[in-house]
Amino acid sequence: MNWDFILKYLPLYETAALLTVKIGLIGIALSIAVGFLCAAALYFKVPVLRQIVVVYIEISRNTPLLIQLFFIYYALPKIGIAMSAQLCGVLGLAFLGGSYMAEAFRSGLEAVEPIQNESALSLGMERSQALRYVVLPQAVSISVPAFVANIIFLLKETSVFSAISLMDLMFTAKDLIGQYYKTTESLFLLVVFYLIILLPVSILGSYVERRLRYAGFGS
Amino acid sequence: MAEVLLKVKDLVKQFDGGTVLDGISFDVRRGEVIVVVGSSGCGKSTLLRCINALEPIQGGSVELGGEPVVYGSKNLAKMRQQIGMVFQSYDLFPHMNVIDNILLAPLKVQKRNKSEVRAEAMELLKRVGLDDKAESYPRQLSGGQKQRVAIVRALCMHPVLLLFDEVTAALDPEMVREVLDVMLDLAGQGRTMIIVTHEMQFARAIADRVLFIDNGKIVEDSNPDTFFESPKSDRAKQFLNIFNFERSK
Ligand SMILES: Nc1ncnc2c1ncn2[C@@H]1O[C@H](COP(=O)(O)OP(=O)(O)OP(=O)(O)O)[C@@H](O)[C@H]1O
Ligand SMILES: [Mg+2]
Repeated sequence: MNWDFILKYLPLYETAALLTVKIGLIGIALSIAVGFLCAAALYFKVPVLRQIVVVYIEISRNTPLLIQLFFIYYALPKIGIAMSAQLCGVLGLAFLGGSYMAEAFRSGLEAVEPIQNESALSLGMERSQALRYVVLPQAVSISVPAFVANIIFLLKETSVFSAISLMDLMFTAKDLIGQYYKTTESLFLLVVFYLIILLPVSILGSYVERRLRYAGFGS
Repeated sequence: MAEVLLKVKDLVKQFDGGTVLDGISFDVRRGEVIVVVGSSGCGKSTLLRCINALEPIQGGSVELGGEPVVYGSKNLAKMRQQIGMVFQSYDLFPHMNVIDNILLAPLKVQKRNKSEVRAEAMELLKRVGLDDKAESYPRQLSGGQKQRVAIVRALCMHPVLLLFDEVTAALDPEMVREVLDVMLDLAGQGRTMIIVTHEMQFARAIADRVLFIDNGKIVEDSNPDTFFESPKSDRAKQFLNIFNFERSK
């Protein structure tokens, strides 16, 4: 292991890691928003929108992110929609993540017993109040494990961004290997940086899960 | 005689074409305790659910204090505040402790003063012997304790009518009594209640009137002694026989 090499190119990885995290976070934030809307459309059986959401989820879940990115980056410009590689990365991640988040939220909502909603209504709550105070808090905490798993999954998926020439971690590693043949060092840095990004998420996630599990659930 | 509080008129309820309630009519006067009995699946739960419009109905009407209770209407939440309901399955909110379960609706729906409702809730909890459980979560309570909390939660909204749907059916035998005692206490206070139960001795003790439902209709509407001693219809006789047989086993 050549430590001089590692020290020399550390800053390059830092920049790339920041880009990966930035695109990852924006993409995930969008995924959550998309997922929430889709889950609501499914849960409330909104006509038309619901069918659209079903089709979207099937497409999104059954195609690889790489192909979704290629489509956004190479095919959309052909019909006049050209975007920067970064924006493509964000949208690609949101397109993929939206369906995973939708499924997580939907199964959380459906796992709340209907009697919970009915008890709330019987107490004189409006539907929106029953949703806000009774159904959603339970649904959200039921979704937490799937939600955390999705975030980790999406952050890992960012490793395909280099395919649309985003200068992310993977791109940097490949580039250095191509230029200097320092395969071991380059990949070592790649692994370390992905761990730095993912381990805290994973640890935080299991902490939150544990807190929720002991906070009065499972009667 | 006290005034009519609840008026159910020609109520028809169908599920997927099957008619469960086929023209149910009865009045409940203020302070009356009505017990509804009938064989399993005859529509007792459905009737209670229609009274506070958890189900849409296909015919007839429900009126509380002269005002219609209509599924999907704008003032439905307002009407439901006057109707307390306790279900067979434990329906406390699992993510809140006992006191928060009780305070949620009075605070969020009725916008009442927190310390005042809290004091009232603690008083009621004490009355059902659970003042030491205020901070417990539902999962830490026995079935009987949960049902008593559910009753207190309903009472804290100051309902004029209480609906109980087999609140002891899921309980272990030794816990049934503690819940029934609470209901007897409420009857003693002059509360208006409609109770669905399979506890026949309790029914006889608490009821001012017994309604017997069969085939979607009220077949008997009589005082408890008449119903249990000399029911008019063959169906009611058969129904009561089942219980006698079970008791002598
Ligand atoms: N949501 C529903 N969809 C379709 N059918 C239903 C629904 N709810 C109830 N039913 C039917 O309506 C009938 C009456 O049900 P209900 O639960 O009111 O009976 P019940 O008298 O309360 O019975 P039990 O004593 O077993 O509680 C049953 O035949 C049941 O299958
Ligand atoms: Mg029932």
